[in-house]
Amino acid sequence: MLKRALAIITLLIIGYWLAQGLAGVPFGEDKMVVGKYYLEHVKEDTGAVNAVTAIVVNYRGFDTLGEVTVLFIASTGVGALLWRKKKKRTAKTEGSLVLTTGVELLFPFVVLFGTYIFIHGHLTPGGGFPGGATIATAFLLLYMAFITYEIPHRAFEKTEGLAGIGYVLVGLIGLAIGGYFLYDWIWQTWGWGHDNIGRLFSGGFIPIIYTLIGIKVGTELSGIIDNMLKEGVSE
Amino acid sequence: MNVPDISVYYFGAIALVLIGLYAVLVKKNVLKILIGLSIMETGVNLLLVSIGYVSGKSAPILSEGITASNAVDPIPQALVLTAIVIGVATTAMALSAAIILYEKYGTLNVEEIRRLRG
Amino acid sequence: MNCITCIEYIIVALMILSAILAVEWRDLLAAAVGMAAVSLFASILFFMLQAPDVAMTEAAIGAALSGAIVIFAIKRTQRFETEEEEKPGWWVRW
Repeated sequence: MLKRALAIITLLIIGYWLAQGLAGVPFGEDKMVVGKYYLEHVKEDTGAVNAVTAIVVNYRGFDTLGEVTVLFIASTGVGALLWRKKKKRTAKTEGSLVLTTGVELLFPFVVLFGTYIFIHGHLTPGGGFPGGATIATAFLLLYMAFITYEIPHRAFEKTEGLAGIGYVLVGLIGLAIGGYFLYDWIWQTWGWGHDNIGRLFSGGFIPIIYTLIGIKVGTELSGIIDNMLKEGVSE
Repeated sequence: MNVPDISVYYFGAIALVLIGLYAVLVKKNVLKILIGLSIMETGVNLLLVSIGYVSGKSAPILSEGITASNAVDPIPQALVLTAIVIGVATTAMALSAAIILYEKYGTLNVEEIRRLRG
Repeated sequence: MNCITCIEYIIVALMILSAILAVEWRDLLAAAVGMAAVSLFASILFFMLQAPDVAMTEAAIGAALSGAIVIFAIKRTQRFETEEEEKPGWWVRW
């Protein structure tokens, strides 16, 4: 009881200090300095219409490579912690008739919608990460409906590795053609899509990188779900 | 003691951080502590996006009719896009560690685990 | 009476209420649902702050996948949080 009261008093003091600090940052006023430069030059530097995805992939592409690495380490860590020699699923209740029929009809459309999200990343909101998460949700639906369903684990791991290698290869080709790692060689050296801004075939190498990221994130999150659902069985 | 005058978005984000911190400090079940950690991350992301808001402007997608002086700040949104995905990755790894703890010690109470270890 | 600000107040109040309930409930399955509800209301607030990419990402990852993996962790451990009776304070060593 004493511990709870002490914790609540400490939290109220911390909250009061935070609120006093945030009173000096007025809400809703224009305080952009670097953002204004990015917004004015995004159409001629990158060819994308969506400013946020252009910043994530083109202006700050190296940080996105770091994020993909962190996701890969987390997925490997989950697989290493929960490893057993023989694993199988231990679900007992079969899904109802509505669930199995609905999932069989809906699964290709959910995968199609996820693919649409990451292909049009430079035109509409979204990008690679919500597209990959939607594909992983489609596989989660299949796990929920059928008791003995498993994803083909080997094929998914190989796809994930190849997508990661593809991202680094795109950067190395940029290093060979231009001067620095992740140089946008499609937009700036070859000059494809300069008269097509606002349509699908523009945006430099942003659709290529987002396709690779979408495939990688989708298969990685499905692998995490598969590892957490199986339990070790002793023979 | 004067009450500072902040907007409702700042107040909501600070309240989420404090509720998550209460769960980490006081609760004894390992899964409840991890739920509190995840709520704290949601609060911090909300605070970051609400600092970059400019009132009266619209989303930073420059289609027809929206010029560069009519959009909100795109940089905090790029930061938060990365932070959300990293948050779910670390939550998944921490939950796997909690499963291993349960299989080794038989309980999920942190004080019981401290007593059984020493 | 400006109606956008009253919607903001209502959604922030619902978000804080579901966060308090997610921390207080003893049934861990209900706490996982509360955490998904916090993510959902935060996604609506991101939309009202004119950030559609962040709203989409938070709805897809926070509400669906983060709630699902907490439920899978509950499946492999126990469901209810047992609260022991109050031990004597830290100044009494056993």
